[in-house]
Amino acid sequence: MFDPYFLLALLEGTVTAAILALTAVGLSLVFGVMRVVNVAHGEFLMLGAVVAWYVATFVPGPPLMTWAAALVIAPLVVGGVAALADRLVLRRLNYEAEGTIVATIGLMYILQQAVLTGFGPGARAVEPPFDWMIDTPWFGYSGYKLAVVGLAALVLGAVWLFMTRSRAGLVMRATQIDRDMARAFGINVDRVYALVFALGAGLAALAAVLLVPVQQAHYLMGHDPMLMAFTVVIIGGLGSVRGTLIAALLIGLSDGVISFYWSPLLAKILATLFVALVLVFRPQGLFGERA
Amino acid sequence: MLKLEGVSGGYGAVQVLRGFSLEVPPGQVTCLMGRNGAGKTSALRAIMGQLRLSAGSITLNGQALHSLPAEEVPKTGIGYVPQGRRLFGPLSVQENLTIGLMTRRRGADQLERVLTLFPRLRERLTQRASTLSGGEQQMLAIGRALCLEPSVLLLDEPSEGLQPSMVALIRETVLRLKAEGVATLLVEQRAETVLALADQVAFVSAGAVAEVFARESLTKDHPAFGRWVGI
Repeated sequence: MFDPYFLLALLEGTVTAAILALTAVGLSLVFGVMRVVNVAHGEFLMLGAVVAWYVATFVPGPPLMTWAAALVIAPLVVGGVAALADRLVLRRLNYEAEGTIVATIGLMYILQQAVLTGFGPGARAVEPPFDWMIDTPWFGYSGYKLAVVGLAALVLGAVWLFMTRSRAGLVMRATQIDRDMARAFGINVDRVYALVFALGAGLAALAAVLLVPVQQAHYLMGHDPMLMAFTVVIIGGLGSVRGTLIAALLIGLSDGVISFYWSPLLAKILATLFVALVLVFRPQGLFGERA
Repeated sequence: MLKLEGVSGGYGAVQVLRGFSLEVPPGQVTCLMGRNGAGKTSALRAIMGQLRLSAGSITLNGQALHSLPAEEVPKTGIGYVPQGRRLFGPLSVQENLTIGLMTRRRGADQLERVLTLFPRLRERLTQRASTLSGGEQQMLAIGRALCLEPSVLLLDEPSEGLQPSMVALIRETVLRLKAEGVATLLVEQRAETVLALADQVAFVSAGAVAEVFARESLTKDHPAFGRWVGI
């Protein structure tokens, strides 16, 4: 028999999956192309939310307009911060695996403390750009949340097209496969890395702008999304964008349903258990290629 | 003229080139021979800026290559076909060639030239590079390097593991490029291929060029082959 609550849980799960996919695709791109495990990825999301709050608060105009402005400004600002971090820190470490993990842990704390100092310890809300309700026979549902799903799908589609159809995407894929040979054909690998790191951070910031109207901006808000994004990327296969998208859908939907019927904590426990099983039985992830 | 003078360098603390000197004249085929680990591949990697030099210089027509970032070297007119081909395997044939064309303005003309040279690639444009046969992969590796319109082509054991018909095609290609004025620096282990193609042969040992011979002074039973290559 049809259970309307199941539909509600699926909708909530789809919203989670959409945000998660945007966040995790950035993380996956950075690892796939640069082989850098970016522990500061969640802080880029947090920074995006904070920038969105500043834009919503200080840019005059109706909420829809300031939110649209934040959609453009936050990824640009956060992408710029990431490109700077790449230039000042990661490039100097020659993108060496262990060194970059330690460096991005440091970056994580620097960003957190900088935001704590400037933005303060409180959580701050951003008004939703619109408050339409979609009425079903059983419940009303936020039109904004459905718009989030649609927008995330659009952005992910654009990222997919960018990677598979554009010249810059081709350069990124070639660099991912063999950076020495990419250099042997005139590709400036340092510039590609800076672009990828900025793109990954920009996607996290974009996810944050979509998220802040339903979850307030706070200097510690990057922690959970980062753990979830790592969960998704490990399950999907490190560096596999397709795997990341499928895993985001899987984890997002299961999170929605399990959280709704049982508890959010159980959803996290099961996701972590799933990661452990993947690491034991298929360490390259469900869609990753064995090294 | 591509010139290496007293080139020393290696990977980290390990020195693999120790005073490597060689001149590659324009429009000629220069073959490098030597035992495994002698430094042949490292010499090509040094030219491409992929090996850290501790001494010496590499110049092309007077322009210093050793001080350029690795990604600037191909723009000076050097095409590289590495050992094992190192294609961008998950990318299509077309995409591999597009990567080769990125530094060129007249991309369409050069692509057409490559596809005329290797018509088999035209039939495989949408196929993943990793799914090609060994011979087709080698054609693609050479074609990708030719997309750069090089004046010097570095070929590292291009006939390794290929059937005789493909080896013959590669020889024919090298001679055709020579006729077009392209200089080739070829690492090769087969004496018959070297004797069929080379204008000069440099024998490499312990990270340096030990002896250089003009083709005319070499025969298949020349003692240099036994001394430096062991054949």
